[in-house]
Amino acid sequence: MVTVRIIPCLDVKDGKVVKGIHFEDIRVAGDPVENASFYSKEGADELVFLDISATIEGRKTMIDAVRKVADVVFIPFTVGGGISSLNDIEILLSNGADKISINTAAVKNPDLIKEGAKKFGSQCIVVAIDAKKTERETWEVYIESGKKPTGIDVLDWAKKVEDFGAGEILLTSIDRDGTQDGYDIDLTRIVSENVKIPVIASGGAGKLEHLYEAVVKGKASAVLIASLLHFRILTIPQIKKYLREKGVNVRI
Amino acid sequence: MVGVIKYGAGNIYSVSSAIKFLGEKFVLVENPEIIDRVDFLILPGVGSFDSGIENLEKTGILEKLKYRLELGIPFLGICLGLQLLFNVSEEGKKEGFGILKGEVVKFKNEEIKIPHMGWNKVEILKDNKIFEGIVNNSFFYFAHSYYIKTQEDIIVGKTKYGIDFPSVIIKDNIVGVQFHPEKSGKMGLLFIKNFLEGKWLQ
Repeated sequence: MVTVRIIPCLDVKDGKVVKGIHFEDIRVAGDPVENASFYSKEGADELVFLDISATIEGRKTMIDAVRKVADVVFIPFTVGGGISSLNDIEILLSNGADKISINTAAVKNPDLIKEGAKKFGSQCIVVAIDAKKTERETWEVYIESGKKPTGIDVLDWAKKVEDFGAGEILLTSIDRDGTQDGYDIDLTRIVSENVKIPVIASGGAGKLEHLYEAVVKGKASAVLIASLLHFRILTIPQIKKYLREKGVNVRI
Repeated sequence: MVGVIKYGAGNIYSVSSAIKFLGEKFVLVENPEIIDRVDFLILPGVGSFDSGIENLEKTGILEKLKYRLELGIPFLGICLGLQLLFNVSEEGKKEGFGILKGEVVKFKNEEIKIPHMGWNKVEILKDNKIFEGIVNNSFFYFAHSYYIKTQEDIIVGKTKYGIDFPSVIIKDNIVGVQFHPEKSGKMGLLFIKNFLEGKWLQ
């Protein structure tokens, strides 16, 4: 059977990795290729690059970075951040990205999911959903980097994006993100149980048990990890060994 | 010279960069004329069944490609590039190449996530030079919702996802894989290297 995927997430600004591995060697610190190669060798199953550039120039630099990574790293990677048109998608895919992830643009223009899936195939369209818990024990979709509430229910939205042709959901708990208190398991499970497409759990990983819970209790197909790996609190071999001992199917 | 067929929108860059990484020369095939000048052909997996056939027809590549296939050019079809070799697919209404016997069907098992996305094992069923240096049950990267059903004798590797499906086929000069060797790390590169060395042809 298919294995659970461990996916490091790297933030990139103007073509430089700003949230990535804390290399001792300052020369390689912000290099997307060094970061990607490092994690690929360590056993990462996929990579996610989140482009947080605020300028057009910065985005162009990102495309160069994508190409350089695709020249030497032969595992799948997703690029997200600021993608709002079919043209944006095409440029990234034709330069070596395997998947793109859309968030705000998907909410504002759901046709982008449909048209993207039709033109490029569902398998390369990831819809990222930023979820915040409400007082009624449901979750609300937030856009614009988690700043703007939309009034849309996360579960409704997840089912819709599946119907529109998304191939995967990258589900981030805004409440847990950066806390290291663990993934929002209830959120992950309710979404995963109600869609047929794979769900990637994101936000809140702090220790090994959290990863196990996301997969076994939350039924996530993959886990996204950032700081925990970047600061070398945990390593990918350590995570995979732990999960395997607990009976989870991983690629070692 | 390896011809990488560009017939739709998507990531064909990675297939080319894998060939380059292996030290081989490649050319992007965007019109039928170039096909005469290549010694190997790779059909990457991008887009959907109907759009794939449409694009190959529109550019005139389809007819020339079929002709070179008949003449025995070593060919590697990846993912959709494998599925297009069949006549019918549940993904579309168009007719495929019709070169291989069988059909392309969708995963229907209720218990599994679709698409089949991620790393899964390939069990080698028949000894073949295409697997040289590749250990049985090695992991490869998959991203697909449809799989092929075909005659037993051409299936050389299979994978389990709810059901068993053919993940590697070889028929004469044709190799087809359901996974993405260009995205399957060292083992994937080795697979492409073996394909380009051509020992599997003998």
